[in-house]
Amino acid sequence: MSAASTPAAAAGEVRFHPETEPHHPEGSSTMLGFWIYLMSDCLIFAILFASFGVLGGNYAAGPGPKDLFELELVAVNTAMLLLSSITYGFAMLEMVKGRKTTTLVWLGVTGLFGLAFLCIEIYEFQHLIHIGAGPQRSAFLSAFFTLVGTHGLHVTFGLVWLVTLMVQVHRFGLIEANQRRLMCLSLFWHFLDVIWIGVFTFVYLLGMLQ
Amino acid sequence: MAVTTPVPVSPIFGRLTLEALPIHEPILVVTFAVVALGAAALLGALTYFRLWGYLWREWFTSVDHKKIGIMYMVLGIVMLLRGFADAVMMRLQQAIAFGGSEGYLPAHHYDQIFTAHGVIMIFFVAMPVVTGLMNYLVPLQIGARDVSFPFLNNFSFWMTTGGAVIVMASLFVGEFAQTGWLAFPPLSGLDASPYVGVDYYIWGLQVAGVGTTLSGINLLVTIIKMRAPGMSLMKMPVFTWTALCTNVLIVASFPVLTAVLVLLSLDRYVGMNFFTNDFGGNAMMYVNLIWIWGHPEVYILILPMFGVFSEVVSTFSGKRLFGYTSMVYATVCITILSYLVWLHHFFTMGSGASVNSFFGITTMIISIPTGAKIFNWLFTMYRGRIHFELPMMWTVAFMLTFVIGGMTGVLLAVPPADFVLHNSLFLVAHFHNVIIGGVLFGMFAAINYWWPKAFGFKLNHSWGLVSFWCWVVGFWVAFAPVYILGLMGVTRRMRVFDDPDLQIWFIIAGFGAALIATGIATFLIQIGVSIWKRKEYAETTGDPWNGRTLEWATSSPPPAYNFAFTPLVHATDAWADMKARNYQRPLKGFAAIHMPSSTGAGVILAGLSTVIALALIWYIWWLAIVGFVGLIGYAIFHTFDYHRDYHIPADVVTRTEDARTAQISARLAPGAAE
Amino acid sequence: MSIAHHDRYGRPHVVEHEGEEHGHHDGHGHGGAAHGTLAGYLTGFILSVILTAIPFWLVMDMPLPDAQTTGFIVVGLAVVQIVVHMVFFLHMDPRSEGGWIMTALVFTLILVVIAISGTLWVMYHLNANMMPAHDMGVL
Repeated sequence: MSAASTPAAAAGEVRFHPETEPHHPEGSSTMLGFWIYLMSDCLIFAILFASFGVLGGNYAAGPGPKDLFELELVAVNTAMLLLSSITYGFAMLEMVKGRKTTTLVWLGVTGLFGLAFLCIEIYEFQHLIHIGAGPQRSAFLSAFFTLVGTHGLHVTFGLVWLVTLMVQVHRFGLIEANQRRLMCLSLFWHFLDVIWIGVFTFVYLLGMLQ
Repeated sequence: MAVTTPVPVSPIFGRLTLEALPIHEPILVVTFAVVALGAAALLGALTYFRLWGYLWREWFTSVDHKKIGIMYMVLGIVMLLRGFADAVMMRLQQAIAFGGSEGYLPAHHYDQIFTAHGVIMIFFVAMPVVTGLMNYLVPLQIGARDVSFPFLNNFSFWMTTGGAVIVMASLFVGEFAQTGWLAFPPLSGLDASPYVGVDYYIWGLQVAGVGTTLSGINLLVTIIKMRAPGMSLMKMPVFTWTALCTNVLIVASFPVLTAVLVLLSLDRYVGMNFFTNDFGGNAMMYVNLIWIWGHPEVYILILPMFGVFSEVVSTFSGKRLFGYTSMVYATVCITILSYLVWLHHFFTMGSGASVNSFFGITTMIISIPTGAKIFNWLFTMYRGRIHFELPMMWTVAFMLTFVIGGMTGVLLAVPPADFVLHNSLFLVAHFHNVIIGGVLFGMFAAINYWWPKAFGFKLNHSWGLVSFWCWVVGFWVAFAPVYILGLMGVTRRMRVFDDPDLQIWFIIAGFGAALIATGIATFLIQIGVSIWKRKEYAETTGDPWNGRTLEWATSSPPPAYNFAFTPLVHATDAWADMKARNYQRPLKGFAAIHMPSSTGAGVILAGLSTVIALALIWYIWWLAIVGFVGLIGYAIFHTFDYHRDYHIPADVVTRTEDARTAQISARLAPGAAE
Repeated sequence: MSIAHHDRYGRPHVVEHEGEEHGHHDGHGHGGAAHGTLAGYLTGFILSVILTAIPFWLVMDMPLPDAQTTGFIVVGLAVVQIVVHMVFFLHMDPRSEGGWIMTALVFTLILVVIAISGTLWVMYHLNANMMPAHDMGVL
């Protein structure tokens, strides 16, 4: 792969082709691309937070945060997500060491924590709808369900992806492509945890202070 | 027929009934007949000439950025015809609907036309053209062989096409939105628009928006990661710089549009209360949010064209671009400032003096970098050896036209003036002035400039001249009266008028539209004639205009791998620098080249997305669920394919390059070869 | 970036293939996106637990008399925790991918601030101007 035949180079003048071809191996741009995708996702959440900020006080004579939120439940939920973050971290550490089985085990644990988070959230939503505080009740509840629900949908998508990756790691091992995919999902998963910090702070905690 | 009451929803066909076919609207029936005949003829011809396999293998499934770029341009031009047909219908209606005449378009139809015109021209003409140009040019200009994520590129194109298909489907099945191109609630809410029109709007834009966002990420990463060695940021061609900033804007603004449309959908589908009149909803919130996307969007359209004009001006003036650095900084400034001006689209909403002053001032500030660019182009021309080829003529016409449009924009940036001119035809004239004068003229400059590169033959000059003059004169004849009408207080989107004094201006504007129609027709003739005489117009040098950037360093059309050897860049105008230092093209030593493989996955995924969107529009829930499961399932299935690349063997590269060597020597010594 | 010589017609240029721009990454490094260490993850986890527990306690038990002060502290702790996550879980590094990761993050944060604060500002003034005198609920 040498351009040594370049006439200019042969004459000892300025070189117009590099000595070796620059190589862009598959996936060399993936992490940056995925990060930029996450940044665009971040803006979707920004708009949902802005909507909650503007409409979050419009109860339309319906229930407000103090009537609805149970902080104990939210605290448990937060713990689930936080635990899933650290277990995903353990999975990554095992991946770097090339241990397939323990990687899969930690990924599985991560998935279970994620699933627990989702179940609690579904229980909460179901409960709110049941007592007549569904998303149609007021602009506040529309904004609440949409913001929290969008985060929940992301977690759901993350779980589907997690299971897919577990199958792929199981079948093809910790090959380079799979390591890259695990790193992308790692970014995604921790990113969702960051968004959740915003959610429990601005929606739940500040809501209870009003 | 306008549907004002809820339609019963069947479990199998949703809202889709035979009533949805507009058989009682003669205009639509005739249009449908013409389109159906044309489509049948096209499909028949493709089948007769056995082109399906070729198209599928070489184009539809291709991940080659050049082919995808060309497909984007074709999509944009096809949709331009549709959008322009809408414009002609409006001009005709407004020219005759006086003195008690209702014109020929019922309100229900007319309102769909002005909505469709705006949506199509922005999302399915300007966006594909801009994306297509960036797709074609950016990898060539930075000396790369493809984009960072070639499969994603193909998928993005088909998503954009899927959006266009959805919008086109509304013409013959059901209706389109009657809300104006941004579909403001509460008019776009379920109470005022209960039928499928707004749903077509939402899902058309959502499907296309996914494609746009992904293509933005793709090109952004490509520019960051794939530049040829030596090409530091400040050695990038100006078009690549504008593409970089444009894609930053795309990535950072289309998510906002997606989110806002999701909120509107939730209002419509789930009964939420974001933008409703009751239960605490706030329709003004929609206006605020959608313009957070909307203002960066206009710079997404114009920035790449600023890049095009920069390339054209420096090439046809035969010198470096004046003030390259200031051009770059102006572009970056515009990129950031474009996020700080969105409220100037709704000064009249009532946010008060402090808010309006802030956004009025930022709007005036953003005109400064744009003005700086105009001076850069002028100083590039100053004492240059100007060749008035067609791209250069379009550029000069752009400068003259765009400056006027820019000035009326600054006028509108003054909040008290805006209170008078808001939603008037003056505004309509202003944005057509900048979009036609900027984006459309830029598109024609770009097509005339890069066509020889893409296809290996030049475009016919005389038909191009006719098209140019029809467009430029036609634009002014069509829109000067609209400015005047706006100053007289005529508001936009009106279907009938009372004051007979106004009619003459609308007739003049209609005449201008006819001139523009001639401009479009002659443009198509120009392309047809050029293809017909392609042997005569053949361009074998690879560098017909004495260009300055790397795309001119390769053959016309470039080989699949773009460059047999990656260039090493030493200066801003890399190719001009290479020519000045007597660069000799390497003739041997070719090696195998690593390339991405074609795949049909993009077509399948985008096709499924389109089906899901249509199912959601018509409330065919089972189909939406089946489609969604299929989409996720197929996407997962696709990730199990780990082998998405291949190598072009060294002997194929050698043969391709030898053919080019022979072509060049044949030109240098006529009669010597063969 | 990686070219040392800028003279247009200079002598033979020695081009350094710098990793951060056009380099030859293998599958791992990805320009510095690190995988973290056990100590790092545990530090991040413990800090996060503390930074989560305090605001929940502040709101659930209301040890501070003033809701506004509580609110400010809660938001402040959230910001700190976001930074903790960025550092220990997302492994933000100003040098990874040639600085582009950080550039993208900072640019996004600026836009998030513009979009949210701008929206709140615009809509607050709108409500103040267009819906005066009535108590339309707290906004």
